[in-house]
Amino acid sequence: MARAVTNQRKSINTLIAWAIGFLIFFPILWTILTSFKTEAEAIASPPSFLFFHWNLDAYHEVQERSNYFLHFWNSVVISLGSTLVGLAIAIPAAWSMAFVPAKRTKDVLMWMLSTKMLPPVGVLIPIYLIFRDTGLLDTRIGLVIVMTLINLPIIIWMLFTYFREIPGEILEAARMDGATLRDEIIHVLTPMAVPGIASTLLLNVILSWNEAFWTLNLTAAKAAPLTAFIASYSSPEGLFYAKLSAASTMAIAPILILGWFSQKQLVRGLTFGAVK
Amino acid sequence: MATQHSRAAARFMISPAVILLLGWMLIPLIMTLWFSFQRYNLLMPGQGGFVGWENYYFFFTDPAFVSAIVNTLMLVLGVLIITVVGGILLAILLDQPMWGQGIVRILVIAPFFVMPTVSALVWKNMFFNPVNGLFAHLFKAIGLQPFDFLAQAPLASIICIVAWGWLPFATLILLTAMQSLDSEQLEAAEMDGASALAKFFYIVLPHLSRAITVVILIQTIFLLSVFAEILVTTSGGPGDASTNLTYLIYKQSLLQYDVGLGSAGGVIAIILANIVAIFLMRMIGKNLDI
Repeated sequence: MARAVTNQRKSINTLIAWAIGFLIFFPILWTILTSFKTEAEAIASPPSFLFFHWNLDAYHEVQERSNYFLHFWNSVVISLGSTLVGLAIAIPAAWSMAFVPAKRTKDVLMWMLSTKMLPPVGVLIPIYLIFRDTGLLDTRIGLVIVMTLINLPIIIWMLFTYFREIPGEILEAARMDGATLRDEIIHVLTPMAVPGIASTLLLNVILSWNEAFWTLNLTAAKAAPLTAFIASYSSPEGLFYAKLSAASTMAIAPILILGWFSQKQLVRGLTFGAVK
Repeated sequence: MATQHSRAAARFMISPAVILLLGWMLIPLIMTLWFSFQRYNLLMPGQGGFVGWENYYFFFTDPAFVSAIVNTLMLVLGVLIITVVGGILLAILLDQPMWGQGIVRILVIAPFFVMPTVSALVWKNMFFNPVNGLFAHLFKAIGLQPFDFLAQAPLASIICIVAWGWLPFATLILLTAMQSLDSEQLEAAEMDGASALAKFFYIVLPHLSRAITVVILIQTIFLLSVFAEILVTTSGGPGDASTNLTYLIYKQSLLQYDVGLGSAGGVIAIILANIVAIFLMRMIGKNLDI
């Protein structure tokens, strides 16, 4: 009897949760579906949900009429580039703070975090003018620099929380067993640090890929990543729903897939360890 | 354990990060402060000079400033209310036993990974458009007049778009907190005959309070800077109806080229964000034991 009741409750939960999940996901699903329609079908009234002439015309047109892959490549270079440069700077810093904490380590960490609280619009003008005068406007290098700096605090924080979970005694044990510094780094530290570094990399690629303040303000055409490219569909191209959907689907697909792998790291990375 | 040698090495390893962040923070900050006291318009070169508090005076007395502050507050509060209330309900729902929980969670979290320009344009054109949008079709189907969301309720529409993107974040964090709730506590309350509401208000909500605070503070930092969603949907209009502080400063500095005025606005935005940041930093600092 009790079991029947739980099963009934479970069924109701399942039903409600799936319905809500579907509703929240619907705009994304609708975008994906529309990208496979023709322009006429995309604005047909009443709209057809599944029974339309599935085709890839919109995708072809997006690439033909605007250099889509250039912007895709810009997004890859900017998000991956800034994350890798950020990691190269952050790994030693997080490493030393986690294993050789000093009196002021906590203050340094908090101060680094505070730079993340600076609203971008507060420093937009100086950065814009510096970029204008140094020829960095609308260059990928310029955006890699800005993205590295705005994500550096998050990268350091995430790495710090991961590194702190590596027990320091294990290093001493390895040393006792006669391991050289090289052995120590390759066989002991690296395997333990890699998962944390990978999670940090994943989350920061996602954050940089979707960043839309600096990319919109500091790029025009050449270095525009997908965020800025899609913004150019604002009007009137936005009224061609199939093309808008195709461009949007291609812009969000890689990150949706990466994002699903990074759910746990997301909480850790974005709450700075305040919620576990 | 830490020797003199290893301390020096540690300082050496940390210095690039410190120097870069220090430069990133101080140089633009000092420049913004400096510009905010200057007459500096990119269209009128050679008319510079110190003007004292004039830029601040103009910024504060601009009627757009008051509406931008109101809009900023409405946007932040509106999104916070939707995402926190919705996030709590969703976290409780997702914490229940069900089939296919993993898949539902993936569906709910997905909007967080959609870049702001995509979500804004998809909502603007494919849902809110008064002629071909999905809501227009829906309204027609049930015999209502189509409603031009972004023209007649621009701020509310933008709140919807932004809230859709942040709801997953709130849900995910609250769900994480929910899962650390001791189920024995709930069972004990149940045995004592506590109603579902009593359990929610006396056990679940107090347990979530810390996570809720974190969600509110982090989201506020990001929501004060909402920009892309406004740029591609309404461009701040009609009039100033959907212009927030960030967008107002952008308009003054990069569209009207008034660096001085924009910088004064920037200083104000920094002060506002810092008020929130102080509370957030305190919460995080308490949790960090070194």
